[in-house]
Amino acid sequence: MATTAGTLPAVGAHSGLWSWLTTVDHKRIGALYGVSAMAFFIMGGIEAILIRTQLAVPNGTVLEADRFNQLFTMHALTMIFLGVMPLGAAFFNWFVPLQIGARDVAFPRLNALSYWVFIGGGLLFVSSFIFGGAPNAGWFAYAPLTSERMSPGSGMDFYVVGLLMLGLSSLIAALNFAVTIINMRAPGMTMMRLPVFIWMTLVVAFLLILSLPVLTVALIQLLFDRSFTTHFFSPEEGGNPILWQHLFWVFGHPEVYILILPSFGIISEVLPVFSRKPLFGYAAVVFAGVSIAVLGFAVWSHHMFTTGLGTVPQIVFSASTMAIAVPTGVKIFNWLGTLYGGNIRFTTAMYFAVSVIVLFTIGGVTGVMHATVPVDTQQQDTYFIVAHLHYVLFGGSIMGIFSGVYYWFPKMTGRFLHEGLGKLHFWLFFIGMNLTFFPMHFLGVGGMPRRIYTYDADLGFDTWNMVATIGAYIIAVGMLAFLWNFVRTMRQAPSAPNDPWGGATLEWATSSPPPEHDFDVVPEVHDRDPLWYNRDHGVTTPAAPAHLHIHMPPPSYYPLVLGGALLLMGIGVLSHLAVTALGVVIAIYAVWAWTLEPTD
Amino acid sequence: MAAAGAHGVAHHSTTGIDNRKLLMWIFLASECLFFGSLISTYLIFKGKSLVGPYPDEILDIPVTSISTFVLLMSSLAMVLAVYGAEHGRPRMMKLWLLVTILLGLTFLGFQVYEFRTFGHEGLNLATNQFGASFFVLTGFHGTHVGVGVLILASLLLASFRRSGLGREAGFHVEIAGLYWHFVDIVWIVIFTLVYLIPQ
Ligand SMILES: [Cu+2]
Repeated sequence: MATTAGTLPAVGAHSGLWSWLTTVDHKRIGALYGVSAMAFFIMGGIEAILIRTQLAVPNGTVLEADRFNQLFTMHALTMIFLGVMPLGAAFFNWFVPLQIGARDVAFPRLNALSYWVFIGGGLLFVSSFIFGGAPNAGWFAYAPLTSERMSPGSGMDFYVVGLLMLGLSSLIAALNFAVTIINMRAPGMTMMRLPVFIWMTLVVAFLLILSLPVLTVALIQLLFDRSFTTHFFSPEEGGNPILWQHLFWVFGHPEVYILILPSFGIISEVLPVFSRKPLFGYAAVVFAGVSIAVLGFAVWSHHMFTTGLGTVPQIVFSASTMAIAVPTGVKIFNWLGTLYGGNIRFTTAMYFAVSVIVLFTIGGVTGVMHATVPVDTQQQDTYFIVAHLHYVLFGGSIMGIFSGVYYWFPKMTGRFLHEGLGKLHFWLFFIGMNLTFFPMHFLGVGGMPRRIYTYDADLGFDTWNMVATIGAYIIAVGMLAFLWNFVRTMRQAPSAPNDPWGGATLEWATSSPPPEHDFDVVPEVHDRDPLWYNRDHGVTTPAAPAHLHIHMPPPSYYPLVLGGALLLMGIGVLSHLAVTALGVVIAIYAVWAWTLEPTD
Repeated sequence: MAAAGAHGVAHHSTTGIDNRKLLMWIFLASECLFFGSLISTYLIFKGKSLVGPYPDEILDIPVTSISTFVLLMSSLAMVLAVYGAEHGRPRMMKLWLLVTILLGLTFLGFQVYEFRTFGHEGLNLATNQFGASFFVLTGFHGTHVGVGVLILASLLLASFRRSGLGREAGFHVEIAGLYWHFVDIVWIVIFTLVYLIPQ
């Protein structure tokens, strides 16, 4: 639907495998992120289904204990690092430039690099199932369980190397988006006119930039413990296993917001558009998002109440954790205020967005419950925590991400997902997730511990486990409905107009899907809801000149080469250091060639 | 075209700061947390070693003071290189780039010497918590110095092309300088906390 087809010089080939391998176009990289992350999301779902099948009945025999440990570890790692985070990245890629009125991100080739490093890390993770067993010590990998002696296989080595690569990928992407948002805004797009989705992206970027290095240090120390004879975390040699927990959760708690804030951003776009009124209390939503992030760095020890921190730290971390409920509550009331009195359209995207408010609130309330130290002492390591975290991560993150999928699908592909199938998908997800995770509250309070691979029949766990498993299968059917919807839609001809929903933000000012250069004329912004302002004040966008001379960065294969080199370095750590040396040599060559490659 | 983001001095950007410079600043913020975690680990394990050698038996403050002085002087040389690059004096730039590189390599030489001496005196990664946290901290700092030397050497090499470092010579050297000074400042912190403050 590019309105200017034929007037622009072709920039490299536009289709074919090679064009995808060398693309630096933020929309194509976004598509790559989206499709790969969906594939990983399904993989993580299959792992969940296996877990739930094993736990459906007492003394289940579907999985053995070690395989079960691998599956719950990989389920968490897959969903967090290969599913939800890259699905967020897919939307960042697609909509950061479009919503701020830029033609691409600040560093298009770095953008491609972050994708290729992500794929490398993901493949490394997944391949661990074949090469001697996946990581099996939980995604938090508590010491000293991860020591060479306790975890002799290669699973935890895959964990270290895979996470180092995925962290590098996220860091590169975060730096890129931070610079893009700060520095590439269209004229008139002030910080307080940025769409909330962009604000949340910026907050997530800084959370990643400031928390990933801490995880990196923890992983390096674990790597040294396992491979280079140090004893950072082994207590018998003077090491300190609690140090791991501190370092891990200094990253791990901000990570929770890294997972949820993209979803908050998405529904802050969807709710106003389908209520046909501006977001209620924009500034409050923005500042709430920022204060969640700042507070998020001061609460990590609430994951460690049972390690014997001492009374004062416990009180401090308990109070700071509860304090986060305040800005979160501000957001929830602002969303409700947006709905209130609105002329609401019940699209699938709106269904998902409204469900986030409900489900996240449930998860938030249980979160405040175990912010209380004595309550947490009871609930630690029980299914109550599993219920809490899935209400936040499934009910909050995943439902919000699917809201974004339905909302932006016409912009991304020029096609509409079928609304009927979409609502079927929604109800299967909504009913399925509540059936799966609500009973886990009861199981947890009833004393069922997390991460046990089976349980006895006379403990009172049978009924709710069966219900939870049925719920998990309903979620799986919902996912099939989505996939069917996706395939069916992609086989139709594009039919979406520029602005099918009456959107307020700049991405709806260009064609669906947008041309490679995004905007024929870089838009000028006069208001927080630029398109609504233009509509109400009769501002028309200037017509595109007959001949566009827009220079877009040419494709490059160096991101792929450098990504491959980093993968080699990782593989070397797992096999032979000579491979790492080869990776270093190729990486230095790739960086050199990258720097000297002309981009004009 | 701003999106290309790699050439042309007069880039349009919302803040007026060049994208690449902003990238470097934010990256250095991330690096602060990286070294912060390594230094915290060192401090947490201070006095927790079960067996010797202990820091006060083995750290050689006079020798490391010299290497610290060398690294500090390299920052001075770096400033002069940036000045030369920004004021269209390529020979001055090349000279001081070379001096910075040599001083950086000298610092690394001191570190190799220090590591070897400690090794002979029975301290390695496995010996005790001091060894583990000391070698990992200073080792990663040394790696950063090494990367800095590679960057500066690349610039020096590229400056001998017919076109030199191009119109943006000053800018490129300045960005490299940001990184170099940061690594230098981190060393000042490490030197103070690890060597100077009594055990
Ligand atoms: Cu937390």
